[in-house]
Amino acid sequence: MAEQVQATQAALVRKAQPKSDYKPADVSPQRRVQSRYTMRLWSVRHSRGLEWFYKHFANTFLLLHPVWKTLGYGRVERPIKFVERNVKGLMFDCRMCGQCVLSSTGMSCPMNCPKQLRNGPCGGVRANGNCEVEPDMPCVWVKAWEGSRTMREGDAILNVQKSVDQSLRETSSWLRVTAQAAAQRAEAKAGQP
Amino acid sequence: MTPRPPQADENPAGIDLPLEPLPGHSSFGRLERVLRRGEFAVTAELNPPDSANPADVYERAAVFDGWVDGINAVDASGANCHMSSVGICALLTRMGYAPIMQIACRDKNRIAIQGDVLGASAMGVGNILCLTGDGVQAGDQPGAKPVFDLDCMSLLEAIRTMRDESKFLSGRKLTTPPAVFLGAAINPFAPPFDFRPHRLAKKIAAGAQFVQSQYCYDVPMFREYMKRVRDMGLTEECFVLCGVGPLASARTARWMRSNVPGVHIPDAIIERLEGAENQKQEGKRLCIDIINEVKEIDGVSGVHMMAYRQEELVAEIVHDSGVLKGRKPWQKEPRADDIRVAERLEQILSDDTTERQQEMAKDAAN
Repeated sequence: MAEQVQATQAALVRKAQPKSDYKPADVSPQRRVQSRYTMRLWSVRHSRGLEWFYKHFANTFLLLHPVWKTLGYGRVERPIKFVERNVKGLMFDCRMCGQCVLSSTGMSCPMNCPKQLRNGPCGGVRANGNCEVEPDMPCVWVKAWEGSRTMREGDAILNVQKSVDQSLRETSSWLRVTAQAAAQRAEAKAGQP
Repeated sequence: MTPRPPQADENPAGIDLPLEPLPGHSSFGRLERVLRRGEFAVTAELNPPDSANPADVYERAAVFDGWVDGINAVDASGANCHMSSVGICALLTRMGYAPIMQIACRDKNRIAIQGDVLGASAMGVGNILCLTGDGVQAGDQPGAKPVFDLDCMSLLEAIRTMRDESKFLSGRKLTTPPAVFLGAAINPFAPPFDFRPHRLAKKIAAGAQFVQSQYCYDVPMFREYMKRVRDMGLTEECFVLCGVGPLASARTARWMRSNVPGVHIPDAIIERLEGAENQKQEGKRLCIDIINEVKEIDGVSGVHMMAYRQEELVAEIVHDSGVLKGRKPWQKEPRADDIRVAERLEQILSDDTTERQQEMAKDAAN
């Protein structure tokens, strides 16, 4: 066995590729569209503060529900999405999956995991805590666990998340959460008297 | 035909018939019966062939005959192309083996996976192991599109919903739900270590009934993990099978450590192999030692043998470690009519008597 397994299959394939002057960095395509990790790691370190901020932010958004309703959720989607994409893009390297779970993942976006795992780290995490696919990237889920430990409601990381609904990609998670919360509030009000 | 003692798990009406369902069991399989009886189970991984020849699968399965309770049909392990797990399971169930079908989320989306689950259950697959799968960069097809539509957790939940609530993820009804025993994988040897037992709890919440671990070469670490798992009360809800395997040499060990994602081999193990006269023998002995250590750990219900390219050693290792305590796992046996056909064939082939109708009529006439 030892003689046959000196190189991995992947290494053999890479070796057999035609030579070219243009050699892109040997990372996954997903990594190529991501920015540097600095901001992402900052967000994880400040997960508690961000949790506090988001709580108030979400409440404000909910207070503005009549405004969104008057303007029409469909009409405000474009500008809100623009802001959401850029703000969350900067802070978390947001992938706009449209169903944000940052509060349950220690403010570390699970869509940046090359396997897009939403329920915890795979078995391939390296001994130094880096990703199996991207050897230089800290595992998203190792960071998520660290971030969740400092959060008030960090134990949300223990809940089983549903699979991603791919049809919601490129939509605003903020507006969806607000509309759902408003509907819930209305339902609770209707049920009270 | 000489009467034979019946095997532990077989239908009294005939060994080729499917088993009766037992109360509280979710599958008709033998693996679930063995585990629920509290016996120490042994499962092994079949090295999938790179060929379209069914004989290759049968040959590779035959070395496990009478030594293991379940055979894992891997789904493109390490992202390398091999015969599919559905194909291997189709062949194995045809021969009466109890395969554990692995499903990796890397290659198929939820539509394909749910279809495969129904197909597999219809063929008689009683056990399904839900995996996320290695990234495509690790295998021989780095240009493939990684799917990862579901992850192992949502896959477990999807199959559990199909089984217990008779419906697809979409809510559409199934007429006959798949009766499967659901498994998952654990890796206690990768960071974040604090999260690993919680992750097992999540898998159990999602539907895992048994788990197979990654290669265990660091028994103290595994013991520590099991202690935390026991403290959380998880071993009562789930059967833990510890993954073990013989190392062929120190060089293989080093190679595995640096190239196979998620494998943790302490330096002491490699030193022990290096110091040995016959490294292959030492690797086998090491494997037996590890089995003997882990079987004493509370909450370990069995071992999962991953003897990649050394499958012939599985029987010896299982025998030498004595984990079966004299129990004989199910072994493939010819059916009563198979024996009769074989005898008849023997007669036709070896005896000189012609049995052609015309000649027989001629003989009778003269």
